[in-house]
Amino acid sequence: MTDKPSKQPQTAPDDAPFSHSRRGFLKRVGVVGGVAATAGSVPAIGQAAWGGHTLSDAFADFFQRHYQRMSRDEINASLERIERRTKRLYDVTIQCEDSRPLPDVVFGYALNISKCKGYRKCVTGCVTENNMGRESQTQYIRVLQMKRGTIDLEHSDHYYDPETVPVAGMQYLPVQCQQCEDPPCVKACPVKATWKEPDGIIVVDYNWCIGCRYCMASCPYFARRFNWSQPQIPAEKMNTFTSYLGNRPRPRGVVEKCHFCTQRTRNGRLPACHQACPTGARVFGNLLDPHSEIRYVLQNKTVFRLKEDLGTEPKFWYYTDV
Amino acid sequence: MSNATTDTLPGSAAPKQPGFILTCLGNLLKGGIAYWLWVFLLLTGVATGAFFYLGQVRDGLMITGLSDQVSWGFYIANFAFLVGIAASAVLLVIPAYIFHRKEMKNVVLLGEAVAVAAVVTAMTFVTLDLGRPDRLWHLLPLIGEFNFPISLLAWDVTVLSGYLLLNLLIPLYVLHCHFKGREPTFWAYFPWVVLAMFWAISIHTVTAFLFAANSARPFWDTALLAPRFIASAFVSGPALMIIALQIIRKVTDYPISQDVIRMLAVIMTVALQISLFFLITELFVDFYNEGAHAASARYLFFGLYGFDSLTMWIWTGIFLNIAAVLILMINPLRENLITLNLACILAFVGIWIEKGMGLVVTGFIPTPLGEIMEYTPTVPELFISLGAWSLGVLVFTLLVKMIIPIELGYRQRKPSA
Repeated sequence: MTDKPSKQPQTAPDDAPFSHSRRGFLKRVGVVGGVAATAGSVPAIGQAAWGGHTLSDAFADFFQRHYQRMSRDEINASLERIERRTKRLYDVTIQCEDSRPLPDVVFGYALNISKCKGYRKCVTGCVTENNMGRESQTQYIRVLQMKRGTIDLEHSDHYYDPETVPVAGMQYLPVQCQQCEDPPCVKACPVKATWKEPDGIIVVDYNWCIGCRYCMASCPYFARRFNWSQPQIPAEKMNTFTSYLGNRPRPRGVVEKCHFCTQRTRNGRLPACHQACPTGARVFGNLLDPHSEIRYVLQNKTVFRLKEDLGTEPKFWYYTDV
Repeated sequence: MSNATTDTLPGSAAPKQPGFILTCLGNLLKGGIAYWLWVFLLLTGVATGAFFYLGQVRDGLMITGLSDQVSWGFYIANFAFLVGIAASAVLLVIPAYIFHRKEMKNVVLLGEAVAVAAVVTAMTFVTLDLGRPDRLWHLLPLIGEFNFPISLLAWDVTVLSGYLLLNLLIPLYVLHCHFKGREPTFWAYFPWVVLAMFWAISIHTVTAFLFAANSARPFWDTALLAPRFIASAFVSGPALMIIALQIIRKVTDYPISQDVIRMLAVIMTVALQISLFFLITELFVDFYNEGAHAASARYLFFGLYGFDSLTMWIWTGIFLNIAAVLILMINPLRENLITLNLACILAFVGIWIEKGMGLVVTGFIPTPLGEIMEYTPTVPELFISLGAWSLGVLVFTLLVKMIIPIELGYRQRKPSA
């Protein structure tokens, strides 16, 4: 798989005429914002009226249907609203697309814990790529440091200093969403706001989630995060290439989680955590392709999965060299 | 609304008796200074809660003590407890409608008022806990996407709405008949009462399943949870009703037989004994062979790796329950209203501690990845909850205020009933 730097140019060239008209709109919005500012109500991030929307956008967002029920036109209108909202809230022009699953692909991940040395580069790579709230320190990946000879999670250290690694006598276990084949979170959701896509990725429609957090209670891997406040992302840190079910800036009050970087993997690229790993511990690929590296690992290495006894059938495997 | 009623009441009263709805609304306005002070106090509670809730709407749930690690707290704790209160109304419904006990028939409408108020408050608490209350309509069938019958939360929404409806419609029919001066037609209400009986058990069972369905949370993932929920509900519900009925007896002329209170006290005694027995079986299984599944229980009862913010809390609850059961098991003390009321208060608070924070928060500690993050509700969270409780008590007060004059009038006209 080819890879590109995670930062994208602000606009894709083939999108030029389209985004031109949108810029016209943004200009008008800017005038409204200016009037509001002179009236003494400078909208700070997270406190902007209508959640960073114009009234008409907020209205359209309110009545927006479930992702799987929307027509192409409705989805495109929603994508434009997301772009406008990001411009208003963060003052960044992003491109939000609706990345669809690729045919005949089911993604799987394998992680070589002999190679992982706990540098936590996957964590920072993920945060940068996926526009995670910086103030809230939201992270999809937890790297657990534990004594050799056990994988007792309860005795693991979640907050070790990555500057000191590798520590002698310690091993490291990165945990993120295991993209279960039988995901308890999907069963839990009362409004079907989270589901398993045809390529095996569990996604969240951030515009449909009601924020009840039942999925968080049901997840055996502590993979889900909640936006307790409006995520704070500095403008210069924003990854401007985003997708609807992926890394677009999330609204406040909804649940999010690792989505195997849909905005990358569905465009033929590797997940950001894979790219960031300095030790080459991660193997990502198509489980349906018999010649893929992930299939090689599953067939030739001794692998294990976390909490297999719960019957969740993770598509995330761990293995060792020896 | 209240203005309209005051305008129409005297006018329509002269030529003809006012209609059912006007009478009900009119009853709300007839009260002494104590009644209005009480209503004002409750409204102040609701307003305080609403004020703090505006802060939550503005800033998000970050104003609570919740975290990704402990993602449910005080709101859901109160929710679980209140569903139990709602379910226990069935303890008055069964003897009144099935066994036709007269003294029970007198109070069954009050029991149903408790159920309505408790369900309304429970639903309020869930709504307060939502990150996006503006998207509640996503739960509606047809226009939303209701994940029924897979999601246990969808089940809970269904059974609670149904229970609310049953407990509004059955009493409404009975009350309307009494207003018209006749006995309700047996077959018009009896099938619904039978349904409501089973429904009452179902709401608390489903609420227990909501927690027990999570194999990720060993503390909740036990078949004993639903029986424990039912048993403790039959403690907290009667405890509340014994006190509420005595207050109603004191401030109104409504006849409430001591037999009712006696029966509730006996039920409460047995249920509390069973509830404590369940606690012992739980402790045995958790700690005889203590494994990873018992980590949450160890955190709750004894503290884990030095973290023990709930330990004092839960032992207080257990102590209150033991004190209550000792009072209730001694006949003269249970017959004495002062000691009985003391036992009711102890047990009510004890179960609230155990089934509330004790159950909900503990399930999240440690996290499935073994991390320990403790939780304490914040001041806004407490005031918002106070507002929800005030709302519940207000709903109960107003319902009782509507019911009692109509029932008293019916009994005067037809003393044989």
